[in-house]
Amino acid sequence: MNAVTLQNISKSYQDVKAVRDVSFEVKKGELFGLIGADGAGKTSIFRILTTVLLADEGVATVAGFDVVKDYKAIRDRIGYMPGKFSLYQDLTIRENLEFFATIFGTTIDDNYELIKDIYDQIKPFSDRRAGKLSGGMKQKLALCCALIHKPEVLLLDEPTTGVDVVSRKEFWAMLKSLKEKGITILVSTPYMDEANLCERIALIQNGRIMGVDTPENIIRAFPAKLYAAKSDNIYKLLNDFRAAQAVDSCYAFGEFLHVTTKGNREAGSSELRDLAIERGHTHVVIQEITPGIEDSFIRLMNEKSEASAHQ
Amino acid sequence: MEDNKAIVCKDLTKQFGDFYAVNKISFEVLKGEIFGFLGANGAGKTTAMRILCGLSFPSSGTATVAGFDVYKQQEKIKKNIGYMSQKFSLYENLTVLENIEFYGGVYGVPRKEIKSRSAELVQTLGLESEAKKLVGELPLGWKQKLAFSVAIFHKPQIVFLDEPTGGVDPVTRRQFWDMIYEAAATGLTIFVTTHYMDEAEYCNRISVMVDGKVEALDSPANLKKEFNADSMDEVFYQLARGAKRSGD
Repeated sequence: MNAVTLQNISKSYQDVKAVRDVSFEVKKGELFGLIGADGAGKTSIFRILTTVLLADEGVATVAGFDVVKDYKAIRDRIGYMPGKFSLYQDLTIRENLEFFATIFGTTIDDNYELIKDIYDQIKPFSDRRAGKLSGGMKQKLALCCALIHKPEVLLLDEPTTGVDVVSRKEFWAMLKSLKEKGITILVSTPYMDEANLCERIALIQNGRIMGVDTPENIIRAFPAKLYAAKSDNIYKLLNDFRAAQAVDSCYAFGEFLHVTTKGNREAGSSELRDLAIERGHTHVVIQEITPGIEDSFIRLMNEKSEASAHQ
Repeated sequence: MEDNKAIVCKDLTKQFGDFYAVNKISFEVLKGEIFGFLGANGAGKTTAMRILCGLSFPSSGTATVAGFDVYKQQEKIKKNIGYMSQKFSLYENLTVLENIEFYGGVYGVPRKEIKSRSAELVQTLGLESEAKKLVGELPLGWKQKLAFSVAIFHKPQIVFLDEPTGGVDPVTRRQFWDMIYEAAATGLTIFVTTHYMDEAEYCNRISVMVDGKVEALDSPANLKKEFNADSMDEVFYQLARGAKRSGD
């Protein structure tokens, strides 16, 4: 059975089409990522699935229940962590947790096993008010509150936005252990590197799903050879490659540029090297590399925008 | 001040009670440099930036920004720097043109120049047909490009960018860095914070703050060598995982 299904879901706010004909499924027990930038439509999808927003069109189910007809059944079975911190700032850690347990007709002790690993990290501060907590601690408390009634499906809307690399790594380790306890997790993120930590992902841009698959398959579907390039003057190299006839795409990726050539030629690597040397670059490095999710995302974005330009 | 330095900090400290938010940090930023100011949440970046922007006094130590003293010449500092953050940048319920003119006015751009230069900027950004639209209606990526242009409209010597690319899509994020490179090529000094470690690689030099101190400062290539790491992500992780503090 699928834990979450969306079929042709659309949602508009006046003229703005926030979600356009979105369909995908999250399998039971899966860790599924919704990957996209701000304004892509991620939060609208979460709000529809958590039954706090009605879609204009389409059908969606969570834990086997319809989001419109059976919204009450869904609310008992999901844990939701919204993108914006939504706990009571003037209640303490302990009080927030007790509040959410009571609302769901349970106690902290009943489901303590589930939250123990996470709660232990903030327990020393259990008398501190939520409003006085650091970002990383707020995030952990919010996750505990979302878990306290042992939900079947966990819906996490950008839990790691604005959080530093160390806390992000910790958070993903927590998600992995929750998944191992059998909880289905749908999580959204604007960080492309986090996509690799999910079992399957949906890439979303401008309200449209550009692809749904495992991260490996999305990367495998990258249609061209990809080269990493650098020289002593990386910004000039970027401009030189972009101006070159043979180059199809060229984007900065950290220390290197990522480049594809037109027609995906066999001799791409040596052609690029010649081109760089011809333009006076020194210490030129060109090597063929395996694309990442971000390469695929950019590629798909460009394909979609070209496709819509031709419509 | 030495001529080629945009920012000079020596033992800069900010204390709140017995808590050292910034603990004796020392570094220099060269003119025209893209300087990445990294650190974990709660490491003290925001406090340090507030001092450098002339919004907060240090407890001890010295610092000059654009040649002006952070204790005595805060107003001069404010006039000579630009500032942009992801959280606050433009007035959503003013139009594109009104925002540019407003900021130009606040920063003392001569009245005569504001009109013509605003029109010029709108044209450079390709926003002619949006000039009279409310900023709130623009896509996030455009807002950020506009916010950056507005932050440097009064031709400051240094611009402070506080997580300027948070949340934007990967293509727009790179277009934003194109603008940063272009601005740096004209001699503008860029002081930037980010959570994207690939962006750290675009900086000439970076510093990493941990628990109020600058624990590392060098070019990305040298830092990777020093920490025997393949990526800045790894360098950062090695430095920050030992942090005792965590905050916003």
